[in-house]
Amino acid sequence: MAAGNVMSTATQTVEELAKQEYKYGFVTDVEQETIPKGLSEDVIRRISAIKQEPEWLLEWRLNAFRVWSKMSEPEWHNVHYNKVDYQDISYYSAPKQKKQLESLDDVDPEIRATFDKLGISLDEQKRLSGVAVDAVFDSVSVATTFKGTLANLGIIFCSFSEAVRDHPELVRKYLGTVVPHSDNFFAALNSAVFSDGSFAYIPKGVKCPMELSTYFRINAANTGQFERTLLVADEGAEVSYLEGCTAPQRDENQLHAAVVELVALEGATIKYSTVQNWYPGDAEGKGGIYNFVTKRGTAFDNAKITWTQVETGSAITWKYPSCILQGDNSVGEFYSVAVTNNRQQADTGTKMVHLGKNTRSTIISKGISAGLGQNTYRGLVRIGKGATSARNFSQCDSLLIGDRCGAHTFPYLEVKNTSSQVEHEASTSKIGEDQIFYCRQRGLSTEDAVNLIVNGFCKEVFRELPMEFAVEAQKLLSISLEGSVG
Amino acid sequence: MSQVVTAAPDYAGQFAAWSSAVPLPAPLADMRRDAFQSFEQLGFPTTRLEEWRFTNVAPITKIPFVAPEGASSLSRESLDRLQLPQLGGAELVFVNGRLAPDLSSTTGLPDGVRVAGLAEMLAGQAGAVAGRVGQLAGAAGQAFTALNTAFLGDGAVVEVDDGVVVETPIHLLFVTSPDTAPVLSQPRVVVSAGANSQVCLVESHAGTGEGAYLSNAVSEMWVADHAVVDHYVVAREADAGYHVGQLVATLGRASNFSSHAITLGGAIVRNEARVILGGEGGECTLNGLYLGTGRQLVDNQTTIDHATPHCDSHELYKGILDGQSRAVFNGKIIVRLDAQKTDAKQSNKALLLSEGAQVTTKPQLEIFADDVKCTHGATVGQLDDEALFYLRSRALSEEQARQLLVHAFAADLLGHIKVGAIREQLDALLLERLPVGS
Repeated sequence: MAAGNVMSTATQTVEELAKQEYKYGFVTDVEQETIPKGLSEDVIRRISAIKQEPEWLLEWRLNAFRVWSKMSEPEWHNVHYNKVDYQDISYYSAPKQKKQLESLDDVDPEIRATFDKLGISLDEQKRLSGVAVDAVFDSVSVATTFKGTLANLGIIFCSFSEAVRDHPELVRKYLGTVVPHSDNFFAALNSAVFSDGSFAYIPKGVKCPMELSTYFRINAANTGQFERTLLVADEGAEVSYLEGCTAPQRDENQLHAAVVELVALEGATIKYSTVQNWYPGDAEGKGGIYNFVTKRGTAFDNAKITWTQVETGSAITWKYPSCILQGDNSVGEFYSVAVTNNRQQADTGTKMVHLGKNTRSTIISKGISAGLGQNTYRGLVRIGKGATSARNFSQCDSLLIGDRCGAHTFPYLEVKNTSSQVEHEASTSKIGEDQIFYCRQRGLSTEDAVNLIVNGFCKEVFRELPMEFAVEAQKLLSISLEGSVG
Repeated sequence: MSQVVTAAPDYAGQFAAWSSAVPLPAPLADMRRDAFQSFEQLGFPTTRLEEWRFTNVAPITKIPFVAPEGASSLSRESLDRLQLPQLGGAELVFVNGRLAPDLSSTTGLPDGVRVAGLAEMLAGQAGAVAGRVGQLAGAAGQAFTALNTAFLGDGAVVEVDDGVVVETPIHLLFVTSPDTAPVLSQPRVVVSAGANSQVCLVESHAGTGEGAYLSNAVSEMWVADHAVVDHYVVAREADAGYHVGQLVATLGRASNFSSHAITLGGAIVRNEARVILGGEGGECTLNGLYLGTGRQLVDNQTTIDHATPHCDSHELYKGILDGQSRAVFNGKIIVRLDAQKTDAKQSNKALLLSEGAQVTTKPQLEIFADDVKCTHGATVGQLDDEALFYLRSRALSEEQARQLLVHAFAADLLGHIKVGAIREQLDALLLERLPVGS
């Protein structure tokens, strides 16, 4: 029977693919400066001292810590995991710098080699793709490229620590304005202990000529990463920012609690794209990264913020890139593909908070569950009293591959203004045997057929990604999907 | 409000008095005691609970409601003044949660159908019904259900034997008539429809006077294989009345169950419906229509549990909100592991007519099977300016145009109502008292 053959081929493919080792799982042996495990005011003071931070920032961290100590870990999400022991984590680790870096050549050869394996050789990036890379290697930026070109335009793109040192007035003005230090459990934790991250400032009316990009990488065992990204687009500025993640294979669960803040001042446009491919744990769900991230942007008058994300990794994903549409005529967009396979769990979505008049938002979310994966879309659309003529369209589709996975949607719509229009649509489906059969008939292998169908399912989101990312995203999808057929 | 509210609510004292005044057979008395304990533990829900995030019941917690132990009286005239639909079949009238035999009539029922008061049934041939009460609507985690169970006493029992078809709808009328003190009326409805039977039930909830009251009803329904049950809840509570209704139904193989929640009045009205599709080929329809004016709060919570394969469910809720009214909708669909070939559709549409009206809607899908079709949709909007303009250009006044459009918005839901008397009354009501907005 034709269908039966298809099924067995599919099962084989699944098994083969499922056995595939995590391609980016390796540990680089670089000397690390690590603070002993545990979290206390002393640890925070020490982090701050190592980083030679000004007094106000230390105060800010300590305030966050005090708030955090009183908070309890949220339990409303639809994911299950072993609780993290926050006293069993080392909150700071930085590669020991042997000498001051003058150029790319001075970068630690081992770190360079790591990047080479990841396919983001700095030279390569610099020469071929025209992308400036601020590579974050375990919390401390080791090199930043294209600084000169950007500096000519007045664009500041550097690590967070550098920004604190060189542009304290900007950091102080915007830090915590979008995600306050007391926002939620994980954001407060991040505010207290954040080690490094990226900072970008695009001055008035400047259109950033290249995609700004950061590669994050978790390395030393038992060091949670606490990145902090702050992106400010001044009036009329335009920027596209890429964030991509890979992490080495580990048996213990690693915690990642990042915060990303975007500020789009009047008429500014920010496009923030993420491809997340952290180690998801093995087929039994052992290991894998806990990804608890707070991402939020504020859009002032006529500004636009676009979040695009492709989430394929992490054992647990807990992430809601949000837009506060504060200014009149501001626009928020959210495009997401989330894939859960094996025992991965994702609880992800967005919040669109409409405060200004004529604000518009679009949400397109595609969830793909395979194996024993559980995929949850959780979204909030809130139309405030003053958001006259606000408009929202949400669509969340789920694709189920296999009969042991789950797809869940929890959309919240809160409307307090009558002149607004809010629409929400959701659907759940599986890859049809007839679709596979059709593709097979035309000479495609089952695996290719599944990839084709899945890529079609995600097309609306991939279209929003910058070119290089779109290619990477499609590859990632086919690797992480393990082409099972339901 | 004519009542003078002085004392703080004392449910413990009332429970002690109730337990001795309203005797029950041993297992039920134990259940009542356990339920009160869990009510004590839970307390009234707060907005910190996910299920109650948008529904603040603080006003209910502050009023010292009293559950009347004895029967209350109501004249035929005051009943007629409520203008409840005349269905022409068996009718049980409950006043403040107690059966009023002089107002009720159970004539004309075919053989094999028993419609009676719960107290009466428990006192007589307790057997079947005593084993059913509280089995579906458990008190765990549900404060209002626990409160209802703690004060278990009277209610309605409808039992339809296998293969019996009841042609005229059975009307269960719950009137709350607060006198000097705020009344707590807590009826319980227990329905069992045998295999291949067919029955239509209408629950009307209404209130008289201007005093505050809480009508906290719990309905439990067993729908056996191949049975067809149509159920309507028309909540037309008085302005100062609070209504919390919990419906739990379990469906057998290839059975068909539909429930329509129509909310027309009350300060806070919360309808909870939970349907368990427990047999293959079951079909379930949950529909709702709610009209909010003034400062009303209407909350509809539905859960459809697809526990077996090959079941269909349809949900359509529509709301028309005027004034400062608020509506909450939470529709949960659970598709259990291996409940393949499930087809679940859910839609919630709300029409906001005034500046102050608010809607919070949360359609929620939890799916653990892959060969399923599940869709949900939610829209919140206003009257279409172009449609209004079209009607105005055809010489309708602004008011007429708005009424027509609002009526049209609700029309498809009315079309699903099979009981003529209810449909016609709603139809007239929609055209006449329909909120016109600003």
